[in-house]
Amino acid sequence: MSWFKRVKEGITTSTSDKKSVPDGLWHKCSRCKKATLSSDHAVNKYVCMHCNYHDKIGSREYFEVIFDEGTCKELYSNIKPTDPLEFKDTKAYKDRLAETIKKTGMEDALRVGVGNVDGLPLVIACMDFGFIGGSMGSVVGEKIARAIDYGRENRIPVMIISKSGGARMMEAAFSLMQMAKTSAKLALLGQAGVPYISLLTDPTTGGVTASFAMLGDINIAEPEALIGFAGPRVIRETIGKDLPKGFQSSEFLLEHGFVDIIVPRTELKQKLSTLLHLWAEKPMAV
Amino acid sequence: MAHFDFEKPIQELEDQLKKVREVADKGKIDVTASIKELEEKIITTKRELYSNLNGWQRVQISRHPDRPYTLDYVENCFENFVEMHGDRNVKDDKAMVGGFASINGKTVMVIGHQKGRNTKQRQYRNFGMPNPEGYRKALRLMKLAEKLNKPIITFIDTPGASPGLEAEERGQGEAIAKNLLEMSVLKVPVICIIIGEGASGGALGIGVGDKVMMMENTWYSVISPESCSSILWRSWEHKEKAADALKLTANDMLKNKLIDGIIQEPLGGAHENPTEAYQIMKQEIDKMLAELCAKKSDELITSRIEKFSAMGAFTE
Ligand SMILES: [Zn+2]
Repeated sequence: MSWFKRVKEGITTSTSDKKSVPDGLWHKCSRCKKATLSSDHAVNKYVCMHCNYHDKIGSREYFEVIFDEGTCKELYSNIKPTDPLEFKDTKAYKDRLAETIKKTGMEDALRVGVGNVDGLPLVIACMDFGFIGGSMGSVVGEKIARAIDYGRENRIPVMIISKSGGARMMEAAFSLMQMAKTSAKLALLGQAGVPYISLLTDPTTGGVTASFAMLGDINIAEPEALIGFAGPRVIRETIGKDLPKGFQSSEFLLEHGFVDIIVPRTELKQKLSTLLHLWAEKPMAV
Repeated sequence: MAHFDFEKPIQELEDQLKKVREVADKGKIDVTASIKELEEKIITTKRELYSNLNGWQRVQISRHPDRPYTLDYVENCFENFVEMHGDRNVKDDKAMVGGFASINGKTVMVIGHQKGRNTKQRQYRNFGMPNPEGYRKALRLMKLAEKLNKPIITFIDTPGASPGLEAEERGQGEAIAKNLLEMSVLKVPVICIIIGEGASGGALGIGVGDKVMMMENTWYSVISPESCSSILWRSWEHKEKAADALKLTANDMLKNKLIDGIIQEPLGGAHENPTEAYQIMKQEIDKMLAELCAKKSDELITSRIEKFSAMGAFTE
């Protein structure tokens, strides 16, 4: 749940900022600091052409990367957050919500879209890290639950894209119970025989890892993502020494058997298309 | 018996009572009346104090070192317990215990977090923090109970799932996630009771049931007040504020419809009178078993999933 520091990173590279940048301006990689034309960066699916760093992108960009142009329909955008506990830390949750909504133009940390991938339908619930660290509260849980129900009722495969620091503390036990809620819905989806794809991106930690993110019929990770249950800081403090290099990375999870495949974002759509075609037993368009 | 700061008024009255009794022992003055008065005052003070505890005070009681743990309830509320070990994969997790037992002649599967009482035991039990194999052992036992059509009772008491290198290597997140999914569709009645600490996914990992109950002096939330304080206030100092903000008491959780009920404790907490705590627990379990065993399994599953699906607060 170390979203605090990360929120700030998220905001500086937020999707709305990028959108407002006119074509021709340069994108500076947050890892290697090298510059790329913004338009080229978008064409390369927001992956650095110099060092392969996968930018933390939001739901709009993922829908653009995955869905066939003009096929995406957003669902359940009318579901909005409240402040059930009147939570207040150094700031009131109500104010934090209002500010974040204003800053990001989003209502909460997840969007649901249904669209086509090379002509085959897919439901995607995608987390937005720019909204309070992609934390899971009631809205995220409810939208995921409905996305899964939509897939089950219409027999369309479901994908959840995780990018989150975990459960949202300001909704306390309400957030915790979203783990049970989303997992129960996935149990029903499984019983109906509709496939579920989990895409794990940087970062996926806490209650998100301990629920839907780890429950994919196929777990796909983006390269070099941080994926874990306990945050690295907590583990470091607990064991009192530095963590081994590559610990809790996508590659580490693949090696330990918790991820099926690591797919660079530039190849993501193609890989999803192959899977959907295999499952539907439809020939791939050449 | 250890006293908490907020129990000071009671301690003062008890000290007074002790002094008066000493006078009585000398036999010169008749103090029967003052003794009776003091005893009554202690009880009313206790009643008032313990019914108005705030979040942090409940958290403190939930961690009292003399509070009954899972195996204490198993020993005192059940019979013929046969403890089972191991996840059939890696090892046996000492922070998670379980096995068949009977209660009023009915066979059930009992599973729970287990803490230790002294330094050695605490380490042996890893402070009640299971590793992935603990959750996988719990799931193995639950699936066995389902196969033999026996109800499941879980006792929750953990400061959280274990954070560590091996826990991550062996998939702590996956282990908990799998339990949430599987428990939601178990065909037998599932009763989950928070008997101490209910910290986050480590608690929920054995906490998806038809009846989720909290004992009066326990807490259940997404994070401990200390960790919440350190993240949101960036200091460990604000744990009391964090405990209030998290609304983690049994009363708050029931009000928010996130649990199904509260199990009363003896005056002053379960540690003050464990025998009475066991009696109450046994009665409550009997009552819940009678209610749930009368239901068909698809009815149980449907209402269990509907209950968790209804949890959340949003506008539309
Ligand atoms: Zn780069």
